[in-house]
Amino acid sequence: MTRLVVGPFNRVEGDLEVTLEVKDGRIIEAWAGSPLYRGFEQILRGKHPMDALMFAPRICGICSVSQSMAAAAALADAMGLAPAPNGRITRNLAHAVENVADHFTHFYLFFMPDFARAEYTGRSWHARATERFRAVHGSAAGAILPARTAFLSAMATLVGKWPHSLAIQPGGVARALEASEKIRLFALLRDFRRHVETVLFNDALEAVAALDSDAALARWAADKPRGDFGAFLEIAEDLQLDKLGRGVGRFMSYGNYPQEKSQFLRDGVWDGQLHALDAQAIAEDISHAWLEGETRHPAQGVTRPQDEKAAGYTWCKAPRLAGLPMETGALARQVVNGHPLARDLVAGNGKSGGGNVKSRVVARLLEIAVILPEMEQWVQQLAPGEPFCTQGEMPREAAGAGRVEAARGSLGHWITVEGGRIANYQIVSPTTWNFSPRDSGGTPGPLEQALVGTPAGEGNVAVQHVVRSFDPCMVCTVH
Amino acid sequence: MNGAHETGFFEMKAPFNLLWLQSAGCGGCTMSLLCSGGRELTAALEAVGVRILWHPSLSEESGAEVQRILEQCARGELAVDALCVEGALLRGPRGTGRFHRHAGSTRPMMDWVKEIAQAARYTLAVGSCAAWGGVAAAGENVTDACGLQFEGDQPGGLLGAGWKSRGGLPVINIAGCPCHPDWITETLTALALGVFGQKDLDTLNRPRFFADHLVHHGCTRNEYYEFKASAHKPSDLGCLMENMGCKGTQAHADCNIRLWNGNGSCARGGAPCISCTEPGFEEPGHPFHETPKLAGIPIGLPTDMPKAWFVALAALSKSATPKRVRDNAVADHQVVVPPVKKTGLK
Repeated sequence: MTRLVVGPFNRVEGDLEVTLEVKDGRIIEAWAGSPLYRGFEQILRGKHPMDALMFAPRICGICSVSQSMAAAAALADAMGLAPAPNGRITRNLAHAVENVADHFTHFYLFFMPDFARAEYTGRSWHARATERFRAVHGSAAGAILPARTAFLSAMATLVGKWPHSLAIQPGGVARALEASEKIRLFALLRDFRRHVETVLFNDALEAVAALDSDAALARWAADKPRGDFGAFLEIAEDLQLDKLGRGVGRFMSYGNYPQEKSQFLRDGVWDGQLHALDAQAIAEDISHAWLEGETRHPAQGVTRPQDEKAAGYTWCKAPRLAGLPMETGALARQVVNGHPLARDLVAGNGKSGGGNVKSRVVARLLEIAVILPEMEQWVQQLAPGEPFCTQGEMPREAAGAGRVEAARGSLGHWITVEGGRIANYQIVSPTTWNFSPRDSGGTPGPLEQALVGTPAGEGNVAVQHVVRSFDPCMVCTVH
Repeated sequence: MNGAHETGFFEMKAPFNLLWLQSAGCGGCTMSLLCSGGRELTAALEAVGVRILWHPSLSEESGAEVQRILEQCARGELAVDALCVEGALLRGPRGTGRFHRHAGSTRPMMDWVKEIAQAARYTLAVGSCAAWGGVAAAGENVTDACGLQFEGDQPGGLLGAGWKSRGGLPVINIAGCPCHPDWITETLTALALGVFGQKDLDTLNRPRFFADHLVHHGCTRNEYYEFKASAHKPSDLGCLMENMGCKGTQAHADCNIRLWNGNGSCARGGAPCISCTEPGFEEPGHPFHETPKLAGIPIGLPTDMPKAWFVALAALSKSATPKRVRDNAVADHQVVVPPVKKTGLK
């Protein structure tokens, strides 16, 4: 039996190390460690409630709009404020631009380059993967950046800039769009659609979104060359990525993109059946974090660092829903929302199924195909001339919660205001769920469970695939 | 001259090796960098001789391979021409640096940075966290965060006030939260071409090509500013300075000339400038969305304008404000458009 400490993991956002117990070339136990603590929850105490809008995006450079959205939603909840319809739509658009850009960035810059590694020399696809996906010098690495930049230029119109915009407000956005800007945004979305349809799918987004089973996906991929998604599916088949990184089998989504009466993606929990999400059942266990205190709901949560705690091995808390670890992310969102392909991928149909490396990556690309056409509709719903921001006052005593879906999963902010100041502010991020440590019952977090059984050791990069399949954001994780 | 070199010829000493390390930041400066123009970023850098040795978001190497690269850089076996550090350096708790231990090792990140900075030709602080401490140092600064060579506006920081790199420059502070992608690529390019020196830095060691401007320059709300026709609430079109906390007239950066993500900026997005390129911006002593006032007059007036003149001019211009400007300032879209005169412009 050998113990390995693996880190840093590059091409994840932020700092991660995993400790592995390996026997006969396979992981029998894993510990996920977040070695950076910045203290946002301590920083926010005592500040003016609206200052959360400045600090929250700076928790994370890659999901900064998601952090702003959660903060704005928590503030609006505390203020009892509903956003103006135009503001809601504009925020949804900014949020969707970030989430789609993140999926795109993750696939090309973070995930695929591992298949160009020398360890795969000799595989039938290796030369092609190297030409296309090799870090820094692959043909995709360069070519996708201008497309990403052009797509993210929508942020200039929507919220001034990205990352770190102060334009996202509890009542909507600080900038009203003009009719000509609707046209500009629509054209930008169409241009990015063209890029994705050509390079990533070699098919219409609607055709990808309509795939309704793993078998349909396989038929679609076999029909003709399917761009970079096709390249992934070929590699996934050869390396059996559907048997790698099996998750906890429980998926959670807060739901996303609020519409007039509902959310475009519904909230809920899936464990083979759909359950309502009870946000009151969320609690953060800190038994294995370098923190003092006890297990609490985030509305009453505390964050007090204690670096000499013997049982600690990370700065990350362990969020649990009704005592259970949850997998969160694009796969969870699409499974909870009932997409037939996503449901089929986790059902298994006789194959290994569940959350795994393949299904996580497929769900992310599927979500691009589902959301982009919807964004084209949202742009057209904007009504220039009508308000983009409602106004309200923050009571001196108030509490609120804001729950949204970042690209990589469920993000919640909980605020308590006392005497006109922030008395408590707690953040539970997607990777806090996915890469959480053990809880006081000894139950490992989702990544820790997904790594068990994974081949490990010199010359084996399977661990890298499992870790990156979650699209971890470590700066968010501990914050 | 804005610090640009008078001598004409560039000296391209390829390769100009770039090592990028992240400490207590959000990764936002890297994300901003990836929005660099409509070009293939790494190829564009290579075209001017900049070669990426390792970058946490871009490179292939992971784990032990990274530890080896860092060791080689520290020992000088791999030449580092530019060490870019993103994120504040955490000295806590109790000076141990344990709030940021480098993943996969027992070593605090601040020790790696100190060691490689000695070996590197130039060291660059990418973003306000690495430059001054920034957001990481806000509140009670529980992590004892500092910048590479500043702690807020006080020289010192991790490397010390008098520190110079082997190339003879202090830490180059590409401040901003985040910084603009061009600020990074143009500084790196100038260094790689051998045309960047002390006189290209302002008194806070920020590159003058962006720091010799004010955010106010090029602001589309200038007509409202001229007439002191001010916004009162989020989404109003008026000037954000009088009520909404905007510090564009004092903050050093070219955000409204260069623009972000193609055609944006904070002010264009309806948000106040929070002077994120300035040391200590994270603790202004007032809510970010409100302008602090004394006897009804904003405290933070333009830096180099006599206050009495400002007040006198403001009173005068307020009384001369056209109805169009006054009405539009408190609306979220133009309610009165500029009149079209039949006689043409004279």
